[in-house]
Amino acid sequence: MENSSDTFKTNVAHALADVELQKALQNVKRGFVVKREAAKAKLPEFDKLRDEARAVKDHTLSHLDLYLEAYERKVTESGGVVHFAETAADARAIVLELCRELGAKLVTKGKSMISEEIGLNAHLEASGIEVVETDLGEYIVQIRGETPSHIIAPVIHLNKEDIAQDFRRVHKQFATARKLNQVQDLVAEARAVLREKFLKADIGITGANLLIAETGSSVIVTNEGNGDLTSTLPRAHIVVASIEKVVPTLEDADTILRLLARSGTGQEITTYTTFVTGPRRDSDPDGPVAYHVVLLDNGRSEMLGGVFADMLRCIRCGACLNHCPVYGAIGGHAYGSVYPGPMGAVMTPALVGIDHARDLPHASSFCGRCEQVCPMEIPLPDLMRAWRERDFTRGNPPRRERLLLKAWAFAAKRPRLYHALANRLVPLLAWLARGSGSIGRLPFGKAWTRTRDFPAPEGKTFHTLYAEKERSQRR
Amino acid sequence: MSARDEARASGLARIRVALGVTEDDAYRQAAVAERLERHPRGTIPARARKAPEECVALLTDMLTKQGADVSRVATKQDAVGAIASYLGSSGLPPRLRMGADPVLAALPWRDAWDIERRFGRAEPTDKASLSRALVAAAETGTLFLVSGADNPTTLNFLPEAHMVLINASDILGSYEEAWDRLRAVYGEATLPRTVNMISGPSRTADIEQTLVRGAHGPRRLHVLILG
Repeated sequence: MENSSDTFKTNVAHALADVELQKALQNVKRGFVVKREAAKAKLPEFDKLRDEARAVKDHTLSHLDLYLEAYERKVTESGGVVHFAETAADARAIVLELCRELGAKLVTKGKSMISEEIGLNAHLEASGIEVVETDLGEYIVQIRGETPSHIIAPVIHLNKEDIAQDFRRVHKQFATARKLNQVQDLVAEARAVLREKFLKADIGITGANLLIAETGSSVIVTNEGNGDLTSTLPRAHIVVASIEKVVPTLEDADTILRLLARSGTGQEITTYTTFVTGPRRDSDPDGPVAYHVVLLDNGRSEMLGGVFADMLRCIRCGACLNHCPVYGAIGGHAYGSVYPGPMGAVMTPALVGIDHARDLPHASSFCGRCEQVCPMEIPLPDLMRAWRERDFTRGNPPRRERLLLKAWAFAAKRPRLYHALANRLVPLLAWLARGSGSIGRLPFGKAWTRTRDFPAPEGKTFHTLYAEKERSQRR
Repeated sequence: MSARDEARASGLARIRVALGVTEDDAYRQAAVAERLERHPRGTIPARARKAPEECVALLTDMLTKQGADVSRVATKQDAVGAIASYLGSSGLPPRLRMGADPVLAALPWRDAWDIERRFGRAEPTDKASLSRALVAAAETGTLFLVSGADNPTTLNFLPEAHMVLINASDILGSYEEAWDRLRAVYGEATLPRTVNMISGPSRTADIEQTLVRGAHGPRRLHVLILG
């Protein structure tokens, strides 16, 4: 998948100036944030489950080799085949080879971030295979030639008018005068178009929210039912999943499932949660005759032993995106990566290298909301800070930035000098604010104040106030 | 070694290097084997730990909130009556697709002689289907449907209206209890090809977070609680 994280700053400027995008992004706050809070309030055990889910994943990750072996054994027992893929290219090649072996002309797909990560669609299409995304959001993204802007709500950046235009452009089979101004109209039209694809597809490809070592099952959660039509109707089902998706048992899956939908969409559970184990059995009247799982590493085993291992607990619920003020201001595309938001700011440098994504871990005010809402208790700000440190030690920041940081460090390590400077700067900033509490234009900081105000200090430094208080108390 | 075997070996080796472990660590192997065998439960929410009648009420409440129609029927006669009247009132033709489930087969279908029953997997032209849920977890209004000749999976997704019958005595509190029921039927560490946890009709909120029912699966889910 193409990555444009290295043009992050330009991407951000475009995003902030995009009126339609800004309107669409309001839906994130109105919807997900409020719904998650309500769902959490209805489950008093929520925080306890977070601790337990974290423990499940930590245990699994520290025994990952053994759980993957156990998982593979069960898949094989149930008649399926597991393929290990070290890189994105390996995974693409395996899927393409399977498609060729099975003589596939049309492939339907359930929503899968891993398939986005490995750029699967383009690879299959280049070999003449028709690939159709069936999740409504992913389908819209596909016909627009875009990438999803949110890991669980791919078209959160669009308004219904945008989508109606795309449907008129692509669905030439329908009358041009048809009504498409309601969301219901759009859903009904997509249903009709995609139903035909479901029925004709040779292979269905889905991702996996979880893999279960105990039973050799892959689990997908959906609301639309598209993933199920994808995994049931074609003659073969291929699952693409990353290695850290495995959990030991059905009970462990329960703990995580109790958190997943509540954290993401704010539902108590998604409409469909499906456990698939192998191909159809002899007595089954439906289901695919072949079942393959492609297990992607793509840098994850490297994360396992280091500071970024915590990130492998991520269940891709999207809560950190929904609660991130930066994501809320710029949307997902500006990140230039498959994974946006705080989780993307940690994941992307691991996938493409910090040299190509150095702005992403800086795109945070470290307000900490992402960590607060993360169902898997991933210390996202700490991990972003770890990337910033790597970025600095690799000598990536430009000279001016490094000089400023060095100057600041010089002062910060010398308390007397620091206080002397602060005592002069604070009154100056207070004067600039002229009692309004904020500064609209900052000299030498025009880029910063162009889109927001700079909060002004009250007029005295903390140290001065503290010293004054001490003195008055002594009196 | 085939390319697949090589990729497997190197994949597992990379993980072991990262974790700083060896393949033959008996202590680690025992920890994994024990967890898989004992499959310990985590915290089960208080709302799932209820008396059977309360579970029926909670399931009904949750399913209704999630957009399903739920009716309680006292007898098999009533169940058939409810199916017939649901088809009629929903403007659906008097035709049903269903599998070979013995509980469904034992319903007094002669009372609904005008309903044409077709058996086997769903066809694209089917408008309505009938399945039986093996078990349900009240905590989130979730029905467990298992694949097989008794209740083919396509019945759950292709038709516009999906009816599901569940015995009141099969309504439990938590997911964990439901899995134990499945283990009793299929054996330890064994699942049928597909287990669908279904908690309402198909829906999407992808466009502007506006909720629309009937995305790709059934527009309507009608649940009959028998007994």
